[in-house]
Amino acid sequence: MAAKSIISRPVYGTLSPQPGKHHLFIADAEGALAISEMAAKAPAGFFDGAEIVFIPGPDGKHIAALESLRPAQFHQAPSFASLLPRLKQTLSNAHMGLRLYLSGTEGLIGQAMQVALEAGVDHTSMQTEHRGSLARRMQCVHCKGITENVTTQPATCSHCGLLLLVRDHYSRRLAAFQGVCINAEDRGEIPPMEEAFP
Amino acid sequence: MSTGTTKLDVVVSDVVPVNDLVTRFHFRRRDGELLPTFSGGAHVVVEMRDGERTRLNPYSLMGSPLDTREYTISVRRDDVGRGGSLFMHRSVKPGLEMVISYPVNLFSLDLRAKKHLMLAGGIGITPFMAQTAQLAGEGGNFELHYTCRTASLGTYADVLRERYDRRVRLYHDDRDERIDLDRLLSTQPLGTHLYVCGPAGMINWVRDRAAALGWPLEAVHFEHFAAPQPGLPFDVTLAVSGKTIRVGSQQSLLEAIEAAGVDPPYLCRGGVCGQCETNVVSYDGKFVHNDHWLSEEDHRSGCKIMPCVSRFEGKSLVLER
Ligand code: FES
Repeated sequence: MAAKSIISRPVYGTLSPQPGKHHLFIADAEGALAISEMAAKAPAGFFDGAEIVFIPGPDGKHIAALESLRPAQFHQAPSFASLLPRLKQTLSNAHMGLRLYLSGTEGLIGQAMQVALEAGVDHTSMQTEHRGSLARRMQCVHCKGITENVTTQPATCSHCGLLLLVRDHYSRRLAAFQGVCINAEDRGEIPPMEEAFP
Repeated sequence: MSTGTTKLDVVVSDVVPVNDLVTRFHFRRRDGELLPTFSGGAHVVVEMRDGERTRLNPYSLMGSPLDTREYTISVRRDDVGRGGSLFMHRSVKPGLEMVISYPVNLFSLDLRAKKHLMLAGGIGITPFMAQTAQLAGEGGNFELHYTCRTASLGTYADVLRERYDRRVRLYHDDRDERIDLDRLLSTQPLGTHLYVCGPAGMINWVRDRAAALGWPLEAVHFEHFAAPQPGLPFDVTLAVSGKTIRVGSQQSLLEAIEAAGVDPPYLCRGGVCGQCETNVVSYDGKFVHNDHWLSEEDHRSGCKIMPCVSRFEGKSLVLER
């Protein structure tokens, strides 16, 4: 689980079954495990009104486990970007009482939350659980470009190429951490790059 | 002067009978100035000088927040109540000078909502009169469902239908019309906030169904002014002021404390706002907690009491204030 350091840093919980009839799960990779574990505590018939949207990741694991929960709908996507239109569609047709469960990487949780908030879902209707990689979604404060899946400290901006210190400063609006140039005084100074967000 | 309840000197500018049970009162400032602005859902506490007694009852402001030349409240006569509404109906006439508190809003609209769904029962319509006026002025999206006993007791139902047409739905008990609550709650778009004001039974019903249907607590707002319940008289000692006073059977603990010359804080006088919370120093007996503020744990602990609505039965009670 991601460490808590500064205030803007999101805090994640543990998924638990909520009252209501409509449950929407959005998960990537190891996030599937959070759903399976929650399912063990869910009342009978809970998944009859559930929809699971899953981004399996490169190893393609956990698909069968989620299907075995027999949700009313199961949908798989290669990336968050590819499921975005469908997610927006689902939310625009949804009604009050919908409960949202987000599990997996911070990037996934943050982006899904952002879409949901925009659709009018109250943040208290959302449950989150961080699982798997600590990889960060990072915004370069200089060129504003977003780099996905940042695992190192410092990290290179995939847009402008600056070497960035990945800060704990998190923007909910962007669902991203801020990256600030680490060698602005002397570009020739290259600090060692470490695997910081495995 | 109590915390948060700065006073306004007003004069009754009009008294209008609305139906068999309800009368409307208009107040203007004695100095002719505009009254303070307020937001839909706010209430004022009206001070009634009834002979020896001062009664303080909260009433929702029902005029448009866009017009502060006057405040209007509607009072439903309660023949078996403690007498405040009867005093208003019998003794308050145009020209009477009165004192009311500044408006306080414990039932405000959440303006982040994409839609406002309002449920009113009986005289619980009053805060919605102001809220709908506010939202209509801002082009807000709302829908009001109003249940009343009979058409003739549907206070302001005609006014509301006239103003807002299909956005207002009426249900009459005598025609067996009931809100299809589960359907109504299950078909609201995301981002809807729910507001309910009416009898306790209605509020509990709506809150329970909303929770069961997955509505988040933060999207469900309710207002219920519980009148203080009568009970057995009891004695109470106030540790700080060293006074021992008697609380009469028709008097609330808060009223008794005020009558003894202590000026405790309050806002709602209905057991919901938390303002009057008081620590219990010691007691021998049992509490009759009637509030909606303290947790069950607080109630069990015997360490706290809300003097505006709660009572005590037993040998001795010492409160901090
Ligand atoms: S005055 Fe509001 S709870 Fe007592």
